Amino acid sequence: MSDALNIIKDPTLTYRQELIALARLGESTDDTVRYSDAYYAAKKKGALCDLNEGVMPYRPRYICPDYELLFQKGCKFLELAPPKDLLEAVNVLEIFYCHVPSITTYPVYVGDLDKLLEPFVIREDREYAKKVLRLFLRSIDRVQTDSFVHADMGPEDTVTGRILLELTEEMQLAVPNLTLRYDPDRTSDDFALACVNCMLKTAKPSFANHLMFVKEWGERYAIASCYNGLSIGGGGFTLPRMRLYECSLDAKSPEDFIENVLPRYIDLQLEYMDKRVKFIVEESTFFKTNFLVTEGFVKQENFTGMFGVVGLAECCNHLLGIEDKKKGFGMNEQATALGLQIMDAIEKRVAAHEAPYCDAYGHRYRLHAQVGIDSDGMDDSPGTRIPIGVEPTMLEQLEVNEKFHPYFPTGTGDIFKFEETYLKTPDAILPIIKGSLRSGLRYFSGYLENNDVVRVTGYLVKKSEIEKLRAKKQSLNNVTVFGMGAQDGGHALDRRVQHHEESARQ
Amino acid sequence: MKKAPVNKIIPFSNVDGPGNRTSIFFQGCTFNCLFCHNPETIRLCEGCGACVDKCPAGALARDAEGKIAWASEKCVQCDTCIRVCPHSASPKVKWMTVEEVLAQVKRSAPYIGGITTSGGECTLYNEFLIELFTEVRKLGKTCLIDSNGSFDFEADPRVLSVCEGVMLDVKAVEPGWNDRLISYPRDRVLKNLDYLLKAGKLFEVRTVIFPGRDRENEDTVRYVSRRIGGSCSYKIIRYRPFGVREQYQKVLGEFETEKDYAGHFAAIARTEGAKKAFVV
Repeated sequence: MSDALNIIKDPTLTYRQELIALARLGESTDDTVRYSDAYYAAKKKGALCDLNEGVMPYRPRYICPDYELLFQKGCKFLELAPPKDLLEAVNVLEIFYCHVPSITTYPVYVGDLDKLLEPFVIREDREYAKKVLRLFLRSIDRVQTDSFVHADMGPEDTVTGRILLELTEEMQLAVPNLTLRYDPDRTSDDFALACVNCMLKTAKPSFANHLMFVKEWGERYAIASCYNGLSIGGGGFTLPRMRLYECSLDAKSPEDFIENVLPRYIDLQLEYMDKRVKFIVEESTFFKTNFLVTEGFVKQENFTGMFGVVGLAECCNHLLGIEDKKKGFGMNEQATALGLQIMDAIEKRVAAHEAPYCDAYGHRYRLHAQVGIDSDGMDDSPGTRIPIGVEPTMLEQLEVNEKFHPYFPTGTGDIFKFEETYLKTPDAILPIIKGSLRSGLRYFSGYLENNDVVRVTGYLVKKSEIEKLRAKKQSLNNVTVFGMGAQDGGHALDRRVQHHEESARQ
Repeated sequence: MKKAPVNKIIPFSNVDGPGNRTSIFFQGCTFNCLFCHNPETIRLCEGCGACVDKCPAGALARDAEGKIAWASEKCVQCDTCIRVCPHSASPKVKWMTVEEVLAQVKRSAPYIGGITTSGGECTLYNEFLIELFTEVRKLGKTCLIDSNGSFDFEADPRVLSVCEGVMLDVKAVEPGWNDRLISYPRDRVLKNLDYLLKAGKLFEVRTVIFPGRDRENEDTVRYVSRRIGGSCSYKIIRYRPFGVREQYQKVLGEFETEKDYAGHFAAIARTEGAKKAFVV
């Protein structure tokens, strides 16, 4: 059977999923954008990975439109006037979302919903506003059927933020992903606790280190897709990744890796990014004709390339000859120190590279701890995470994370799974989040062990939807299939549970 | 250098007081409760060596002084040593200085509101606690004592002046039932209940509810509730057989207390004025 026939005969794909798969297939028939032989060799052996971005990019990977601008001046191309009330506001957004491209074809950033909608919400009766927002969230879940669709809120407590939390809990949806920008000076404990409560019941929101992101991006940054920091009115051109474990297989020693192997692969990945970024800007029409650009909802200079890495843990373990993961990266000071050395080397070399475009960031790409894909199996843990199944205590895990998170302005994060008693003690989780963000953690996600909506590696899926796919039925959410793969191949849902460890006495 | 036997330190606990706390479990207890679910914390190791050969990981040995030495790095936490110990003790106990315990607290400090000392019975090491709490408070963290009430706080209130309060177990009130259940006279506990209340240092009271012990449960709950009123929370704990020594499971029950049954006593507590009674 041809690849196309395979796609259209797959009973688990919805019509839209078929369409997307066929478009990818079509794109792959072109070879206009060429790379060096060394790049292809590295890709073939799995040391570099393009995350199936497609051989001929016709839009940036991630696009974060300036929705505030949309509300100020409307959109000529879509014939939308600035909204005057809540109904108009959500209607404008719902329409606009359908025209925001991305690697997934769905909008990876749907706005700071609380800030955008608050002026309209507070003019309405609360129950009415809640009903409108309920329909709005339902529309996002059923129309933008992809868990990489991401909404942001905070740092301040708002009526809209509260309603969104209530609805998130009541509706139990996997879409949109949700982030609270946490700022210790602007986010009240009361609001943060409401977010923790909601997180325990629905695996969202996650907590972003607002102060850290603001330092790197300014106030106007978005958290998009899984946990990706990007500029509002900008985005990410491309995101390839070094699979560090596979890279490390070429090295004779840690020194050889850092001095010889690593620079070679970094440069190949930079070559890939440069060519791709140039093609998107210079050849594809996105930055020339798309209304998002011509009307100023995004500006080309606010985009950057995201330099991804994955599998640092396995890389360090391999280089140090550590076979028992339980004694490796995360639990072993030598391995962690090597990890830091490797990250320093990557950061330095990438920072030394003059990238095409990326004007707002001094013509530099920014690092990203890629969250893994289903086909990685157990070979490469997400970004710089400690491998699933050998996590140390939560305290130790946080301490390791805090060392690595600052490297990644375009995103990293870790996920913690809590057992049931935490449902009654959200006040025991908030100090952990606050303490870790204060100590250098960039992004904190959590969920409760027995929920249906769970966080896989960075995105959310419903366990019940995975079961549908297993029964050869369709799942509306495009991402469910990744969740199934990550569960089967990477045991992504088997992460350590934070227990009360029988500490209560009787 | 003051040292105390520490059974374990849990960096993050959500069940030993409010918020996130580091819990420090000391070894050795003044009681011998039938329902103790970690009976290996009751006594100190006598050095009999019964566990040494049984350890499948080779983590136990007799050292030069004849004491049982535990190699924590070899230990696989299978708890065989605890099961075979004829003395309700554990070889996995570390004698730690205040500085050593403090070092661990400092590591958790960014993430916790405070510490809770528990056991065993932590007040056996009163001088140690006073030093530890004094240091921990310098970090801006709170200190709570989890106690069975055998320490005479009125006679020596020094530790109370360096901690936020005591979470007190009141296990039984009726003398016959009390003596059988905990092997320790009840008077000290009840005196502490009143004293801590008066001193404003009673943070919480806990009572375990046993299946089918209607009268005993009710006696205790009514007594405590009348005393504490709404002044502090009252934790009604369901008996769970997990970890309880087999011979005592036969006495107290092999099943956990039903939620509804415990709820009935929480309701009684509230009618007696204990507004902050709740079941766990």
